[in-house]
Parts: sequence; structure tokens; C-alpha cells
Amino acid sequence: MLKDITLGQYYPGDTLVHRLDPRTKLILTLIYIAALFTAIVYAGYALVVLFLAVSILISRIRLRNILSGLKPLIVIVLITGILNLFYTKGEHLLVHFWRISIYWEGVETAVFMALRIMLLIAGTLLLTYTTSPLQLTDGLESLLNPLKKIHVPVHELAMMMSIALRFIPTLIEETDKIMSAQRARGADFETGGLIAKAKAMLPLLIPLFVSAFRRADELATAMESRCYHGGEGRTRMKQLSMALRDWIALAAGVLLLALVILFRRLGI
Amino acid sequence: MSTIIKTEKLVYTYEGAETPTLRGLDLEIEEGTFVAVLGHNGSGKSTLAKHLNGILIPTSGRVLVDGMDTAEEQNLLAVRHTVGMVFQNPDNQIVANVVEDDVAFGPENLGIEPREIRRRVDDALTSVQMYEYRNHAPHLLSGGQKQRVAIAGILAMKPRCIVLDEPTAMLDPVGRGEVLDTITRLNRQEGITVILVTHHMEECIGADRLLVMSQGSILMDGSPRELFPRVEEMEAAHLGVPDTTRLMYALNREGYHLPLEAITTEECAQALLRAFGHKE
Amino acid sequence: MTPVLQTVRLTHRYSEGTPFERVALDSVDFSAQRGEFIAVIGHTGSGKSTFIQHLNGLLKPSSGTVLFDGKDIHSSKEFTRQVRFRVGLLFQYPEYQLFEETVYRDIAFGPKNMKLKDDEVDERVREAAGFVGLGEEILEKSPFDLSGGQKRRVAIAGVIAMRPEVLILDEPTAGLDPGGREELMENILRYHDGGKRTVIYITHSMEDAARTAQRIVVFNHGHIAMDGTPGEVFRRGFELIQMGIIVPQITRVMMRLRELGLDVDDGVYSVEQAMAALRETKGGGDHA
Repeated sequence: MLKDITLGQYYPGDTLVHRLDPRTKLILTLIYIAALFTAIVYAGYALVVLFLAVSILISRIRLRNILSGLKPLIVIVLITGILNLFYTKGEHLLVHFWRISIYWEGVETAVFMALRIMLLIAGTLLLTYTTSPLQLTDGLESLLNPLKKIHVPVHELAMMMSIALRFIPTLIEETDKIMSAQRARGADFETGGLIAKAKAMLPLLIPLFVSAFRRADELATAMESRCYHGGEGRTRMKQLSMALRDWIALAAGVLLLALVILFRRLGI
Repeated sequence: MSTIIKTEKLVYTYEGAETPTLRGLDLEIEEGTFVAVLGHNGSGKSTLAKHLNGILIPTSGRVLVDGMDTAEEQNLLAVRHTVGMVFQNPDNQIVANVVEDDVAFGPENLGIEPREIRRRVDDALTSVQMYEYRNHAPHLLSGGQKQRVAIAGILAMKPRCIVLDEPTAMLDPVGRGEVLDTITRLNRQEGITVILVTHHMEECIGADRLLVMSQGSILMDGSPRELFPRVEEMEAAHLGVPDTTRLMYALNREGYHLPLEAITTEECAQALLRAFGHKE
Repeated sequence: MTPVLQTVRLTHRYSEGTPFERVALDSVDFSAQRGEFIAVIGHTGSGKSTFIQHLNGLLKPSSGTVLFDGKDIHSSKEFTRQVRFRVGLLFQYPEYQLFEETVYRDIAFGPKNMKLKDDEVDERVREAAGFVGLGEEILEKSPFDLSGGQKRRVAIAGVIAMRPEVLILDEPTAGLDPGGREELMENILRYHDGGKRTVIYITHSMEDAARTAQRIVVFNHGHIAMDGTPGEVFRRGFELIQMGIIVPQITRVMMRLRELGLDVDDGVYSVEQAMAALRETKGGGDHA
């Protein structure tokens, strides 16, 4: 069911990783991704995996939850892997049958590509698992703050994003409900060709849109009632502040990237 | 006591409507009272509520909140700071992903200092008995709990008056009880003026003053004990008179003399005990 | 007699195989005879909504079976689809499912899905609209231009137009004022037609349940905790309160009177019954 989607889920906790400033975690994630794409040698990958493993350990997020977050991507990973396996040419031929030849280099690329995608997603999952959506948007708003000078509506964008995040579960629940209600009247969302299917979606989409607009309208009234008048003169209960641990974490990130670059240069 | 809200010949006509929804209301609400506004759907009670913190502006007449005219743009923030509003649908008034962040939303808009916000959020959540849920995601709470979070969100702004527009209409009986207990306590213990809009007559039992609305006017105005006995008028206004009152009313028609102003379960039981308890 | 609906050890788990797994229904045995009028009560999360969604095959049991006229409703896809039309299910706040351009077309959605002929659809739409008191002039309006109460009636007509043998409703009166509730309950009673059709409905209003139903089924923690006539169920008032169920006001007064030492029947739940019970304490005697 739709309710089972875990992507973007936040697992509250009180570990070092949870307590890091969201800006630190955002920057660290970027550094981590950069390192991941720089690492093309074993030692580089090993280092990235180690970094992620340590982060996961500290965060006390269960490996099972990370794996279940990876599950929806298994098809993409497999396809990428298989394509690389068959289409990479190299010098060390392993198997050859019919018109297909598999080289050692192909196996290597396939494994690395699959690993890279999984590591990329696992890293981002760790970010969303340990950072509440509100902290994330706060962090983004703060990082993007300089853009206000060139009239980018940073506060408004962040507010929109956090409201969207707040309403995703509500709308998913509503989708489930409307679907059931229409199915009770004999609607069929599964069978038929593409056009028939698209048409069958109307009884779902129209009520969903109507409801989303009604919610938006009511929410706007409620926000105004609570004295919301844009970002001007607004304070925050949870102030973002960089602690020593943030600087240490960032230093660790920079060290990771530096080492990965070094290994690449050295080719080990 | 001082008047916190005053309406003068308040008329409101919705855009495109032929007849006004509110037909010249004159109303004064005293600070610190618990006022219930009772009426069937379409009686104009929600429209009245939306005037009390400037969501709607009168077509003619005036609404004064602590002396401030709600029609004046520059008063709006102060008006909304004085009179907070809780709405019917608990889902559509919660802004944030985490309970305590949502409660902080109002004070943040007022530009209050972070440490003070923290204190207010904790106090507000404690006072609606939701403190242990402060780190929860709102969408996983029950209807009654969501509504209490919404009330905390208003409380944290330290308003002098809270208007609740059918806050229990979408709740189950348990949630309804939670919300009613909460607002009664806020009124009794913290002295906040409460205006409860509802179509459930039972919910008005604890109010100091009851306003019955019908067709955009105020039909009756008095204490619940004065108004509940007027069973025929209540039924004519399409209000469901509580069964306990109907029971005593029906018995009185058979010649008993039961006090219709006995409006709680306990009072009703005691009254019946007096009438039926002693065999001759 | 074969019950029209029956569940045998019906169990349902949500989010099976995930960390969020939760048992919503635990081995529920239930049966409804044709012509019954049953109210289902229970606190939020007791499993009652999950339960009724099994009765027309919208949800599939994790284990156990649901039988319609003695036949497993999941025995074939064709039969499941048939059951869906023969057991009409109206969700909570059904007005939010309206989607068509006109009221007429919205009510026609179900009958059209049944692949009925146009004139048959037309007849059913008009009949269903009339049944819930929607006039001809409303049929060509957009459902989105109607009042809340009218929208609810359109949604009900949309289910009734399928002429289900069993009508199931999830809190049909939620959010309505006393006038609207009364009208709607009358409609449902009329559809029941003195026992020609079967009605099962969830309600939070004990007063409604007490007034209309012949049988009350109480859900608690995914089980059926009680099943009997309103009198039998409300006599167990203290148990109900412990289950988070708020008993009718009259029953509460009677329970209190018993506590105070007056010997009255506390299975009583309506004004009329209470009067009779009170008169009895006087031994049918004279007035005070």
C-alpha cells in the first residue's frame, strides 16, 4: 500500500549524527557524494564505505531500515549492473557465448556502478533518516540565504517545501481513501490500456485536487490567524548554531575527500 | 469585568449571495467568560466566528476586539494576537512536521525571542497534556490529539481569547471529550475567554453563557440553565435537545415537577432520585 | 439459513513484513442474516473500519475468509467484482469522492461500471436521487456547487443507485447537525425497507445506534467484544466505558441511579424506555 513508502522518513533519535547542525549534514552529504564519484580505486571505495558505515553506526539507524529504503531501487541497480556487465569491453575475457562476451573489466564496472548507486542513496537516506524535514528546510534556507540579495525568495521557498513535506503523508492517506471509495463504486484502476488507465485515474485525481485546494485554502487562513506575515521579523525557536562537533564532522569530511583524491592520484 | 469583543450592527453578506448571512448582530463578550454559540448548519455561527479575529470583515457594522476595529488593516496583527482561532479540520491547521515546531509557529511569527518561545511551547503543550508527544509527527496523532496541538499552537501566542469554530465536529466521542475538558480548564484555570461554536447542545453544558443562533440572528441569550428548559424553542431551531432534558421534559408533561435546569448527568440522576427514589 | 455475509477467523495485518506491522483484526467470526440492521461501534483504531472494508472485498484478509451467500468473495475475480456491487460501501465523509461535472453523472458512475444499459442507468439515477431527496433541478448542477449536506446526499445516492442488497456505511452522519443526521438516518431506515435489505453501519453516536439498530456489534482491539441487542449491550455500560466507548446519556443516568440505590433497569437507552423504567419503580403508582 501507499502508506508503506519509507523514502524521506525521519527516525527521531538523540545521537551525535542527529544532533549535528542540518547545514553540516547537508554539506557533509555533498562532500560524501563528491568523494563517492572521485573514488575509482579500491582503497577510495573502501574509505567511502568506511565513512558511511561509521556514520550509520553512530546514528544507531538499523541497517535493515537503510536496506528497505534501497529496495525500490533494486531494479535500477540491476539494470545498470547488467548493462555495464555486457557492454564493457576489456582485455581479460571471462566468458564468451553466442554474441555475448563478458570481460573482467565488465564485472568490475558493473559491481562498482551498482555499489556507487547504492552508496549514493544510502548516504542520502542517512541524511533524511536523521534530520527532520523541518531541520532540513531550515538548513537549506540558511545555506541559501545569500541568494536573498539577488531577490531569490528563499524564505518562501523553504516554507513551501516544509508545508509540502508536512502534507505528503496526509495526501497519501487521502489518495488511499479516495481510491477505495471509487473502487467500492466499481472503478477499476488496474486493467485496460494506457488511455483507459489514464481515464480511470480521473475519479481519483479530481477529488484529490479539489481536496488539496481546499486544504491549501484552509491552511492559509489558519496561518494568517496565527499572525503569519512572511519572513519579515520572524524568529525561530530552534536556532541553528555550529558547535565544535560540527566543525569536527566537517573536518572529517574534508579529510575523506582529500584522501580519496590522494588515492586516486596514487592509483592504489 | 471588561468587554473584550463587541460587535455593532454586524451585517455580513457573502459575495454573490442575495441574502445576508449575519443580520445585524449586537453582541458584547466579557473577558474571562466561557461563551458557547449554538446553531444548526447555515445559522451563521461560523461566519460570526470568522469575524472575531478579522478573517472576515463586516459588510456593514463593526467588530471591536479590545477596542480595535478589525476592519483597519494596521490592527490586524494585534487583533489576531488578542483573539486566537481553532478551526474544524485538525489536519488543515497544522503547519509543521513535528508537534513542538508547530506550536512554535505562532510565537515565531510574532518575533518572540527563541528562549521565550521554547518556554511558551513547553508550557502550552503541558497545559493541553500533549507534552510527551512534542517530538511526534502530527499525522500519526488521533483527531483529539491533533486538535489539542492546534489549541497549544494558539495558547503559545498568549491570546486573551480563543475562538473555536466547531472544533469537535470531526472527532469521535473520546476526542470530543478531550477537547472540551481542555478548553474548560483553560477558561477556569487560566482565565482565558473561550468562545465555542458548536451544534452539539451537550457541549454547551459547561459554558457561562449560551448564544443560540438561527438565520443570522441571535435567537436566545442566557445561561445554559436558563435556556435548556426551553425545549420547544430549541427543537424549533433544529437543535438536538439532550436526551436527559427530553426525558425530564416528557415526565413533566405527565405531571412530574422535574427541574429542567438539571443539565449534567449527575444533576439529572439526583433529580430523578428525588422524584422516584422514595416509595410511598 | 445461509447468512448473507459471514467472516470466518478473519485476520488482517497492516504493513505485513515491515517494521510497522500491526494486527488490525484478529480472527473475527461474524455473520449477518438478510434483513438485519446492525450498528458497529468501537473506539477509533478498534478495527471496525478495517472490518467493513473486508465485507465487499476492498481489503483482502491476511488469513481467514469472507463469505457472501456462503461463497468466498475472493474465490474468483469475477465474483469479487460482483460482490462489490451487491454490497454497497459508503466511506466516511463520502462527499470528498465526488468528481463528475454533474450530479447526474456522478450518481451514474457506479451503475455505468456495472455495464448497465443507458435507460436502466437513467432510471436508477433518478430513483436514487429522489430517494435521498435531491430534486430534478439539482441533477444537472456541478456537485462542487452544492452545500455540504447536499454533497453527502449525492454520494449516498451514488451507492444506492447500484441497488446493493447489503448497504454498509462508515459513520454516515459524521459532521452533520442534528437536523441533517435525522434526515439521513431516515433515508437509511427507508432503504432497509422493513428488512428487505441488509444494513450495517459504523457510528460513534450511541444515541443513533440505540434508536435504530436491532443488533449492536462492539469492536475492541481487533476483536468482537460484544454482540447483541441494544439492551444487552448497554446493560454492560461499565465494560463499554472501559473500552473507550461513551454510552448513551440515558444509560449513563440510569447507571448512576442504580449506583445511588434506585432499582432501575440500566439496559435502558431511550427516553421512552427510561420513562417506562422509572414508572415501574413507582409500581405504576401515583405521581409526585
